[in-house]
Amino acid sequence: MSAPEPARPRPRLGVFKFASCDGCQLTLLDCEDELLGLADEVDVVHFLEASSAVDPGPYDLSLVEGSITTPEDAARIRQVRAASRHLVTIGACATAGGVQALRNFADVEEFREIVYARPEYVETLATSTPIAAHVPVDLELQGCPIDRGQLLEVITAFLAGRKPDVPRHSVCFACKRRGIPCVTVARGIPCLGPVTHAGCGALCPSYGRGCYGCFGPSASVNLPAMIPLLRSDGMSDEDVLRLLRTFNAAKFAAIEQGSAP
Amino acid sequence: MATAPTTTRDLGSADCVLDREGLDALVQALRARGRTVVGPTARDGAIVLAELESAAELPYGWGVELEGGHYRVVRREDEAAFAHSAGPQSWKNFLLPERVRQWTADRGPDGEMTVRAERHDPASYAFLGVRPCDLRAIAIQDQVLLGGRHRDDAYGARRTGAFLIAVECVEPGATCFCVSMGTGPAAGPGYDIALTEVLDDAGHRFLARAGTPEGAEVLAGLPQRPADAVTRTAAHEAVEAAAGRMGRTMPSVDLRALLADTLDAERWNDVAARCLTCGNCTMACPTCFCTTTEDVTDLTGDHAERWSRWDSCYDLDFSHLHGGPVRSSGRSRYRQWLTHKLGTWHDQFGSSGCVGCGRCIVWCPVAIDITEEAHALHQEALSKGGPS
Repeated sequence: MSAPEPARPRPRLGVFKFASCDGCQLTLLDCEDELLGLADEVDVVHFLEASSAVDPGPYDLSLVEGSITTPEDAARIRQVRAASRHLVTIGACATAGGVQALRNFADVEEFREIVYARPEYVETLATSTPIAAHVPVDLELQGCPIDRGQLLEVITAFLAGRKPDVPRHSVCFACKRRGIPCVTVARGIPCLGPVTHAGCGALCPSYGRGCYGCFGPSASVNLPAMIPLLRSDGMSDEDVLRLLRTFNAAKFAAIEQGSAP
Repeated sequence: MATAPTTTRDLGSADCVLDREGLDALVQALRARGRTVVGPTARDGAIVLAELESAAELPYGWGVELEGGHYRVVRREDEAAFAHSAGPQSWKNFLLPERVRQWTADRGPDGEMTVRAERHDPASYAFLGVRPCDLRAIAIQDQVLLGGRHRDDAYGARRTGAFLIAVECVEPGATCFCVSMGTGPAAGPGYDIALTEVLDDAGHRFLARAGTPEGAEVLAGLPQRPADAVTRTAAHEAVEAAAGRMGRTMPSVDLRALLADTLDAERWNDVAARCLTCGNCTMACPTCFCTTTEDVTDLTGDHAERWSRWDSCYDLDFSHLHGGPVRSSGRSRYRQWLTHKLGTWHDQFGSSGCVGCGRCIVWCPVAIDITEEAHALHQEALSKGGPS
């Protein structure tokens, strides 16, 4: 059975991977119920995780996963940008440098010597940086991994030509909207929710756990107020540092140093 | 500011006494009338509001320990059902749900658009255990959402049929200040039935009185006995005593004038340094009503929906106009919230927006205290020779 061809050309979608674990692009394949409908509306022309058949571009919408950690990738992202009408970065790696940005606080040469038997074969940059540090980005979708519903919202908004609804406020909004009693106030559990970007639907607090900030900083972060709260809820200075130095390490660090958001 | 109603009042119908069996019967009677009974119950380390199938689900024997940024459920020595003060939610969670569909639109094969306004079917709630502060909060939201030119029909459908059982406050929390706001601890107007819980040597019972004909009708059908002098006195004294045990006070000045005169206060910088701008205070507040608009489309673009959902003045995008947010600093957003709540609410809606429930104090993770901030603004105004 073959579906009738749509009358208008479908927008061309590209999905690109840089330094990352593939989890965010997998979110697209996880849209199981919507996948066939999506394929009717967009022409997926570059998505290596789904198919080795790729088109060179141009792309109407490019979803970019991963951070820039090598000279080759620094050049390749410019090509992707040049071939893309709209470029949306997806996930903590692409929007904040990811967990691999921990190298930004250390000497990457030392890592290379210790980890690889033949370090001379490994060419890498001293830092892991978000895509937006290299090329203009139309929208950043935060999360480690990103939320499936938010990804669909971004794509459907793109198709409708409207602004996607991706609130930049704190995870606390989601807890209160879901009626989850605050784990910090009611149980003394350290929680990064007040400074973390919403989007997960308060997944961890809904299971009685504190938020660990996998969606990265919200648009309005007050770390000098947040850190003493984590300390008073029982975290050591080292615990706090570890909490802020995980998936979105570089972004939180930039806020601490007053150079962001 | 209104004077605090500190005495129980007989609103025309005879009062009576219910025991625990009578309370059970009350829940069953309301359910039999087709109402969804919502009341307090212990869950997730808190006393939350949830649908009740029977009065046995009430938090008998549980109290709460409250402080700024601190909430713990604690076991009591008695079996009181309503010895807890305001919890993490308020009745707005039911009357003004966090997300409500406004309309849907469909594009037919011929390209014709059909727009359908959402039909808001009348809900039939019965709220059991409405504290006097929250009773006032409901009245304030009525004024905001139904009292003006632009009615919120979704709210109206839920609110109009709601049956309110107030329970007067005999156990205020350390963060309560209803006396300062003139909203409690005795129940003001607006209830269908008001109860006062009494626990003494004569037993566990509830002094009950009706505030509406329907309330009287429901009460008349319950196992009860006529009110006796001992119960009336005990109830009266417990509520009187509660008025003297408020954990917090507001400065006894004209708060509306105070807020209008302190827009440039240094204190705003002080509180902004501590504020997380997380929005918890606004969503825990029983009167905060702000919503934003959310447009949803499907992949084909042939189906669209408009929803309203809770928003907060702490959200940067709440004041986003062309070019960016008008209130970009934490200082400006906290000030917006407090000046509206205590000051400009009077101009807009004819009353204060604060009922003294203390939720914003308890559920602020960093324990910012609305009463402390108001006192500090007052002190700063005094030191600058402002209004006393």
